[in-house]
Amino acid sequence: MKAPVSWIREYVDLPEGTSTERLADRLTDVGLKLEAIEVAGEGISGPLVLGRVLTREPEPQKNGKTINWCTVDVGDANGTGEPQGIVCGAHNFDVGDLVVCILPGGVLPGNFQISARKTYGHVSAGMICSVSELGIGEDHDGILVLPADAGQPGDDALAVLGLDEEVVELEVNPDRAYGLSLRGVARDAALAFEAPYTDPCDRDVPHADGAGHPVVVDDAEGCPVFVARTVSGFDPAAPTPEWMARRLTQAGMRPISLAVDVTNYVMLETGRPIHGYDADAVRGALRVRRATEGEKLTTLDSARRELSAGPEGDLVVCDDSGPIGLGGVMGGESTEISATTSRVLVEAAHWDPVSMFRTGRRHKITSEAGRRNERGADPTICEAAADRVVELLVAHGGATAEPGVTVVGTPPSPAAVTARADLAARVTGIAVDDATALAALRAVGCSVEETGDGSISVTPPPWRPDVTDPFDLVEEVARVVGYDRVPSVLPAPGAGRGLTRVQRLRRRVGRTLAGAGCVEVVSFPFIGEAVLDQLGLPADDVRRHTVRLANPLSAEEPAFTTTLLPGVLKAAARNLGRGAAGVALFETGPVAFPADRGAAPILGIDRRPTDEELAELLAAIPAQPQHLAAVLAGEQERPGWWGDASGTGWEDAVALVRRVSDELGAGLVVSAASLMPWHPGRCAQVATADGTLVGHAGELHPRVCQAFGLPARAAVLELDLDAVFAAAPTVAPAPSFSTYPVAKEDVALVVAADVPVATVEQALREGAGELLESVRLFDVYTGEQIEEGQRSLAFALRFRAPDRTLTDEETTASREAAVALAAERTGAVQRA
Amino acid sequence: MSGPNSEYDPVEVTPLGDEQVATARDEALAAIEAAADLEALKQVRTAHAGDRSPLALANREIGALPPQARKDAGRRVGQARGAVAQALAERQAVLEVEHEERMLVEETVDVTLPVDRLPQGARHPLTTGAELIADVFVAMGWEVAEGPVIEAEWLNFDALNLGPDHPARTMQDTFWVDPPEHHVVLRTQTSPVQARTMLERPPPIYVVCPGRVFRTDEYDATHSPMFHQVEGLAIDEGITMAHLKGTLDHFAARMFGDGISTRFRPSYFPFTEPSAEVDLRCFVCRGVDSEECRTCKGEGWIEWGGCGVVNPRVLTACGVDAERFTGFAFGMGIDRSLMFRHGVNDLRALFEGDVRFTTAFGSEL
Repeated sequence: MKAPVSWIREYVDLPEGTSTERLADRLTDVGLKLEAIEVAGEGISGPLVLGRVLTREPEPQKNGKTINWCTVDVGDANGTGEPQGIVCGAHNFDVGDLVVCILPGGVLPGNFQISARKTYGHVSAGMICSVSELGIGEDHDGILVLPADAGQPGDDALAVLGLDEEVVELEVNPDRAYGLSLRGVARDAALAFEAPYTDPCDRDVPHADGAGHPVVVDDAEGCPVFVARTVSGFDPAAPTPEWMARRLTQAGMRPISLAVDVTNYVMLETGRPIHGYDADAVRGALRVRRATEGEKLTTLDSARRELSAGPEGDLVVCDDSGPIGLGGVMGGESTEISATTSRVLVEAAHWDPVSMFRTGRRHKITSEAGRRNERGADPTICEAAADRVVELLVAHGGATAEPGVTVVGTPPSPAAVTARADLAARVTGIAVDDATALAALRAVGCSVEETGDGSISVTPPPWRPDVTDPFDLVEEVARVVGYDRVPSVLPAPGAGRGLTRVQRLRRRVGRTLAGAGCVEVVSFPFIGEAVLDQLGLPADDVRRHTVRLANPLSAEEPAFTTTLLPGVLKAAARNLGRGAAGVALFETGPVAFPADRGAAPILGIDRRPTDEELAELLAAIPAQPQHLAAVLAGEQERPGWWGDASGTGWEDAVALVRRVSDELGAGLVVSAASLMPWHPGRCAQVATADGTLVGHAGELHPRVCQAFGLPARAAVLELDLDAVFAAAPTVAPAPSFSTYPVAKEDVALVVAADVPVATVEQALREGAGELLESVRLFDVYTGEQIEEGQRSLAFALRFRAPDRTLTDEETTASREAAVALAAERTGAVQRA
Repeated sequence: MSGPNSEYDPVEVTPLGDEQVATARDEALAAIEAAADLEALKQVRTAHAGDRSPLALANREIGALPPQARKDAGRRVGQARGAVAQALAERQAVLEVEHEERMLVEETVDVTLPVDRLPQGARHPLTTGAELIADVFVAMGWEVAEGPVIEAEWLNFDALNLGPDHPARTMQDTFWVDPPEHHVVLRTQTSPVQARTMLERPPPIYVVCPGRVFRTDEYDATHSPMFHQVEGLAIDEGITMAHLKGTLDHFAARMFGDGISTRFRPSYFPFTEPSAEVDLRCFVCRGVDSEECRTCKGEGWIEWGGCGVVNPRVLTACGVDAERFTGFAFGMGIDRSLMFRHGVNDLRALFEGDVRFTTAFGSEL
């Protein structure tokens, strides 16, 4: 809401010397938040004066342009009283016109400094200004020509144009519809300064006499009050008075024609939207009802609209021809006020806010009228507003008020709210006594009745439809007393339980990966088919079954992701594209899989839902496990004086899985698998000890590397963190170990190349028995002396007993038992 | 090794003479003194104190002497050997020190050589920022609550007193899961976590809920379809706006520095009544000579979030006895808070994943 300060001051007698800044601060304090203070002539400094064009000589130039060499009477503003010589490139003015001149020394918006300068063979001492140069409109680049009676040459143009006026722009919250009017803004200003207030709607109006334009309201709930007045003999060519046009402009509305401008002006003044019809175009009585099936209407914006029928459908105003307006939202084209309208039918009606909101949303109409009607305007001022419109049309349009006044319906009366008198003190913590609280409520317009036992019955004023609950009264008291009076007191909750186990584990995973050199990224979870194709997922892959959005930002990415890989792969490519030689990234976050369990019910809010209702609700929500994904691509260990750069391979991904598993004690195990987007021969599946699959790690498929623009052999992993966490022990058991000397034995086993190391290792482990402390592969050899299709695996075995030093015989026996079981299980032969 | 000499040769008896022993000793001492390094000393040791050295040989001959001569000879040779051994040990110690000093000089390296073999890892400031906030509240005895980002419409809106005709529910703001008539949305706020908490357990409740939220905003320097919020909810007997103010003042001081407080301005949120905008005292200029301050743009205050007393309608919908309990709630953007706390000019820096941005923050904020 843009409110010109002079207009506010028309209704409130602010204390002497109140600055606009102070006014804005106090309005903010009581709930109308200052967005900006605008000065219409921001950036202009004088001399900016009125001038009358004395001569205008067109002079064609070599460059094809014609300039005008003018002399302009600027009174004594130039200090000499002599005509001012000015070169002007525009042509939309003539000798005798009253124009606006800026003289040397002046500044126009954009820090455009004016000085006398030689141009086109003349000394041009200033400029004749256009609307856009003055910064007061973008409409045209032509010279601003003022009405002949706007003033005298030499007059200060800032005052004449209202460019010295300040406008406060306020943010009006949805509950404060009254703030969308000068009447309401001034009322809050009066409240804030405890200053005298004059209500512009407080006027004597002619009584309803049944002789006005006939109106029938079929839907009194949708339209509780409908007032109709008519003026005739209106001069459609009558200009809008300059002050009115200026205020409309300052308030952010565009002057159009007198009749339209008057309705808009009264809406700004009172907050009550008004509609004007061309009375001669209206056929018969007006009727207000809900639209019926199949009805159509062409609205003022020339849109042909299909109306919504039924009890929650669009409210329409009809005449004998059918609908002629979307009531309270937008008028119809057939009865629009035109350049030939001489009789104006004025409608001031109160509409059901919810219906206004729905109609506006349904037809995607946002209008100044709709904005006020859907928040709820004061229903008691329809007659006053209509009368004010009539007054202005008569005063400025030469019209005559027709005697008939139609008023249908009565304004709904606000329900009283019962509350404890000390509620505000108890809820806000401000030390405010009952008397102060009651005075505050009366100050905002409520009538307050003390009903004994410390209770009060409060009837809100008609412009406050938002005040319905006891806590609404608390806010009114608080804003009058001042939010700055709320004390600062720390509450004292009982002992908390700290972070949950999962919250702690998530931090540990993040720290572990960062410690391993990975950088965390946060990606948008939106994906489309294209990226799933890039990942090479087969048609039946579970990750293609996505939760889809009804209104995605991009049609290419309409789904919530089922995998975190696209995000990390794209971020990796972005880093490499920006010149990074290598990158190691990770991300944790939710992915989603459809619930496919039907709709989530919309429950009531008058009570807690039952457990059954809640269960049905929660079942409809997609499963959203927390995942972890990581990618390593390009150089990892950098090249330097110590040696060459190291690249990436499948093992880096598995090593990261290992690190996470070791950190959490989750005991994850890997085995060979094949799943896109991994290289089919370099993909490990990761499972918990009990066999639950928790993810995959390995080398990215070469085609996928290419698709994402990543270097070959990028290593990636994705794990279901929820499942990993479930496998981690809550309390890690301490290990026990022997301090007796260790016995080391190395064995080299030749075994078929397709036997996994893990299988051989497991056989050694089991065969060696309980004296074995550890087994670790330290070399893999193929080549000379090893048959084709075989490989030699060298293991280091360490033996130790808890209670003694092992003898050579014991160690040898254990080693031989280990080798024997490996031979039996895998056909391994010990190398000589 | 000083066993009986099997190659006894009486001609060699002469070394046991007084003079010979003294000569052998003096030659040994001179050689020890002349040894320039540990290697040379090792050779000297072999030559003058080894098994074949003159004094060792002389020692062996003692047994062959007549008994009356043995004692004198033994003393002479023993003294000589003792002197040599001591000289060797002393020289050894000196040379070892010299050797160590020389080695330490020779092993000098250029410590300004690059050592950045492995790149630095880092956690995202949105993660560590949320943790910092969580820690502030956990230290006060609060708990951290979480919930799904894909949420039931009822929990995201209705239960929070955002009736079906509230403007925030239009298609402009909310991502709807297809089909919309299934009433599932991407949560537009973390408030449904508050509703879930109230539905799950009875008061007293003191929780903060950090998390991702979604709105259908086009992506630019100050808007993103995904961003992060932290909301707080306290439900207890006798809770007032004063407790809200105290909590936010404490939060502000912990996040932005001692003495940084907040102020309230009247506002409107369906979830709360009364509602307030909360401004943060600018932590750069602290409201003094703010005109030039780029952080608060001359205001002295920074818009931080929204808050208020929980609307009793919300308590009722979530099963809390609104007659007995009151509560407060607040919410602010984590992304925005980080932007002004750390001087991030473009919101997109948080979501691009450029490691140069993220590594600047390390693994804690």
